[in-house]
Amino acid sequence: MSEPATFLPSLLLGPLQLTPADWAALFGHFLMLSLLAVGGAITTAPDMQRYVVGERHWLTEAQFSGSVALAQAAPGPNVLFVAVVGYNIGGLLGVVATMAGTLLPSTLLTLRASHWNAQYARSRGVRALHAGLAPITLGLLAATGWILFEPAAADWRSSLLVAGTIALTLRWRVSPLWPIACGALVGALGWVG
Amino acid sequence: MSPTPVPPEPPSSQAAVTGRGNEAAATRRPGSCTELFIVFTRLALQGFGGVLPVAQRELVERERWLTAPQFLELLALSQVLPGPNVINLSLMVGQRFLGLRGALSAMAGMLCVPMVGVLLLAALAAQGQRHAMVTGALRGMGIVSAGLITATALKLASPLKRSPLSLPGAVLLGAASFVAVGLLRWPLVAVVFGLGGLAFGWAAWRIGAQAPAPGAPAPGDRPPKDPRDV
Repeated sequence: MSEPATFLPSLLLGPLQLTPADWAALFGHFLMLSLLAVGGAITTAPDMQRYVVGERHWLTEAQFSGSVALAQAAPGPNVLFVAVVGYNIGGLLGVVATMAGTLLPSTLLTLRASHWNAQYARSRGVRALHAGLAPITLGLLAATGWILFEPAAADWRSSLLVAGTIALTLRWRVSPLWPIACGALVGALGWVG
Repeated sequence: MSPTPVPPEPPSSQAAVTGRGNEAAATRRPGSCTELFIVFTRLALQGFGGVLPVAQRELVERERWLTAPQFLELLALSQVLPGPNVINLSLMVGQRFLGLRGALSAMAGMLCVPMVGVLLLAALAAQGQRHAMVTGALRGMGIVSAGLITATALKLASPLKRSPLSLPGAVLLGAASFVAVGLLRWPLVAVVFGLGGLAFGWAAWRIGAQAPAPGAPAPGDRPPKDPRDV
């Protein structure tokens, strides 16, 4: 446990002491990502990592991967990885900034769009949008897998763990809880990475 | 996993919106925002690694708020729109029955309790960062996550065989976006608008060239996404 005097500020504002300009940049970047999330929230993970790890150095690669992993291990919609990333950057205010940024644009758009009907969904434009974005969504998912794996890529046991997870998931459709629990166990024992 | 073309909106679903119940739709409706909140909380808490399969079961089979075609229609719309798909879906379900208040109640149900849970986990993990076992466990979980997400991409790849872009075209586009974002680390905005714009134009041209009869099932329709919805 950290000292009580530092624990509360760190809980509320995070460990990094961001400036107001940093907060605005964080919120602004997540606002933009909301509108770029073409296949669910997780497809924005590579860009989020590029920004918060590569460009801003707010988190390490390991902290980012750990944030995504934690959210996957817990029940709830996948978008909650955004909340964990926000928490690790800026405490509870970081959660507000990242989650509000992620949810606001798409929510406003969805509430406006709900009168669109099935006819619209079959129009040529929307079908072309679906068909065009489907392969890009898959490319972005694969990129997400890659950036989570990359920090450990040099270790052969990590490659084995990834290959095993892929095989298990494709072959038997087990609940993701089990492979994640296995990953936590072998990781805690220091066998990977 | 095969694409199920959404049938034309039956008049009954309009009736469900306006409250004039119709036996053919065989749906109940949520009585209050509290009920929406509770049902969406319950379904979110069952979703390990994706909420979508649970949403289908709870909303269509258990609560019977939506028929299967209605669910698919909302799902298709939630996927056209940017943003987290299941959140978009919850907004549309809530709005359908109880307007704006319903939409916000459903979304809050989806997010509030699970968020408290995941943040407690995150706070514990942050406190434990000095312990090698905690960082090791997170690293191991991260590696498994990488595998889970890659497996999802592979599972979703089979419908590309029916893509109007043709399989090689679709594979090329997917590979290009992987290289651009995953390896070259280009900003997502450039890739979505650049490659996405190109893909959209190409698909529109191909679909136009195929010229299906109006209302015919479209071969290029993107099927409902895998229910695990990573």
